[in-house]
Amino acid sequence: MGTNKLQALSSIESVLIRLGIAGIFLFETTLTIVLPPYSLKPLIKQIAFIGARSLLVIVVAGLFVGMVIALQFYDTLVRFGSVSLLGSAVGLSLIRELGPVLTALMVIGRSGSAMCAEIGIMRVDNQIDALECMAIDPYRYLFAPRILAGIICVPILTAIFILVGIFGGYFVGVVLFGVSPGSYFQGMSDTVLNRDLFMGFSKSLVFGLLIVWIACDKGFNLHLDKHGAYGSEGVSRITTEAVVLSSIAVLFSDYLLSALIL
Amino acid sequence: MIDPKIKNVIEIKGLDTWYGSKQILSNISLHVERKEVMVIMGHSGSGKSTLLRHMIGLNNPASGSIKLLGKEITGLKSNELYELRKHIGVAFQNGALFSSMTLQENVELPLHEHTKLDHNTIRIMSRLKLELMNLSDNEDLMPAELSGGMLKRAGLARAVIMDPEILFFDEPSAGLDPVTSAELDDLILQLRDALNMTIIVVTHELVSAFKIADRITVIDNGQQIITGDKETIKKSTDPRIVNMLERRAMNDDIDADDYLNKLTRN
Repeated sequence: MGTNKLQALSSIESVLIRLGIAGIFLFETTLTIVLPPYSLKPLIKQIAFIGARSLLVIVVAGLFVGMVIALQFYDTLVRFGSVSLLGSAVGLSLIRELGPVLTALMVIGRSGSAMCAEIGIMRVDNQIDALECMAIDPYRYLFAPRILAGIICVPILTAIFILVGIFGGYFVGVVLFGVSPGSYFQGMSDTVLNRDLFMGFSKSLVFGLLIVWIACDKGFNLHLDKHGAYGSEGVSRITTEAVVLSSIAVLFSDYLLSALIL
Repeated sequence: MIDPKIKNVIEIKGLDTWYGSKQILSNISLHVERKEVMVIMGHSGSGKSTLLRHMIGLNNPASGSIKLLGKEITGLKSNELYELRKHIGVAFQNGALFSSMTLQENVELPLHEHTKLDHNTIRIMSRLKLELMNLSDNEDLMPAELSGGMLKRAGLARAVIMDPEILFFDEPSAGLDPVTSAELDDLILQLRDALNMTIIVVTHELVSAFKIADRITVIDNGQQIITGDKETIKKSTDPRIVNMLERRAMNDDIDADDYLNKLTRN
């Protein structure tokens, strides 16, 4: 076999090994979530970090996204004389796509990156070794509350994003362009089905898991990354990688889930 | 459960370890007796810190056996290893304190995680240990606000908070001035005498090693050169030991061609 083929094979092998390690990471963390003892305090701390402190940015983003899609849809719908469909268009696009995806991307930028850097520094500074030496399971102590908080917070943040977005759309459509408020909400409630809500909810759940899983795994397994330095350069590299990878994972799984549910 | 009468708290036999194709430790065999201070010496990169990591189960050896408190730890399940680690304390070179917690929260963490003691008792216990380390006035500071010596003492306070049977200390003197370093040596001896701990110290500091050690193991390039009490080390005629004791640089005979190859390799 040629050297190129061998190199390709070995890089495929290393990707598979790395995926396996990430899988074991998730399995170990899930075990500690399921098995007792349970502790509430670290979970609340992480919910505050991922959820509460992201609230403002989610509200602001939701408002403007709602406003801009109402603007865009109004401009298109008015050409076909179907302005009454504005509420449905804004509602459906926010609930099915924009809400879950944009919330996830905001959480990646705000919490995922910070989480990855924090865990990475803990790895570089031997703090994770110190935890293990104190007989404290890092999966239970560090990752279980983070993963749980991700699964709890991202759907709630998504719901808030969608709600604020709908009112942003209302402001542009009804207040600025004079669409009748009744048709905005009636159209929305007629077209948005349970399936759409389920799609939005299940996406946000999966995104919450993906974001925290990738951020924590990247930081925790920083020492396995053989493509560069281990110190501060390593932390900055894996943080960038975690942000890029989780964004791609969110967009890819978004397509996959849409295709599955539709 | 751990047998309290066990004589050798650590027993290592034929330990080999590799990093990629480079052998880091080769055929290390030693034991540490209860209540002794064992110092592992060697220059930077000799493999002494790697040996320490193997003793506490952070690294797995390629071959050989490591018994900690009578239990073989190579290939041990993680929950059994955690159970065993409740009996040891490890003070890392840089303290490895959690930067998001105050000094006191750092020291109290193992008690919160492993005991059901109430908050006040935990506070008293942590203050006792911080007092012992001369840190009681700084309990509310964050790790970033502490000096190098304070970080090491704080790491030590956290390592001994559960009154472990064995204390591991990685490079207590590294990066410290001679006075602070001497204070840490005194603390180590105090811990052995007052709390009956077995202590394993990894260091490259001669003065410190000879002050605190009951026995010394010297490691060079992953090879165990000698293990014995201070007299044995002093009497050794091995040129590497003599060089180390006289603080002479190692002058390996270098082949001119090899040297040239080394400089010009791609």
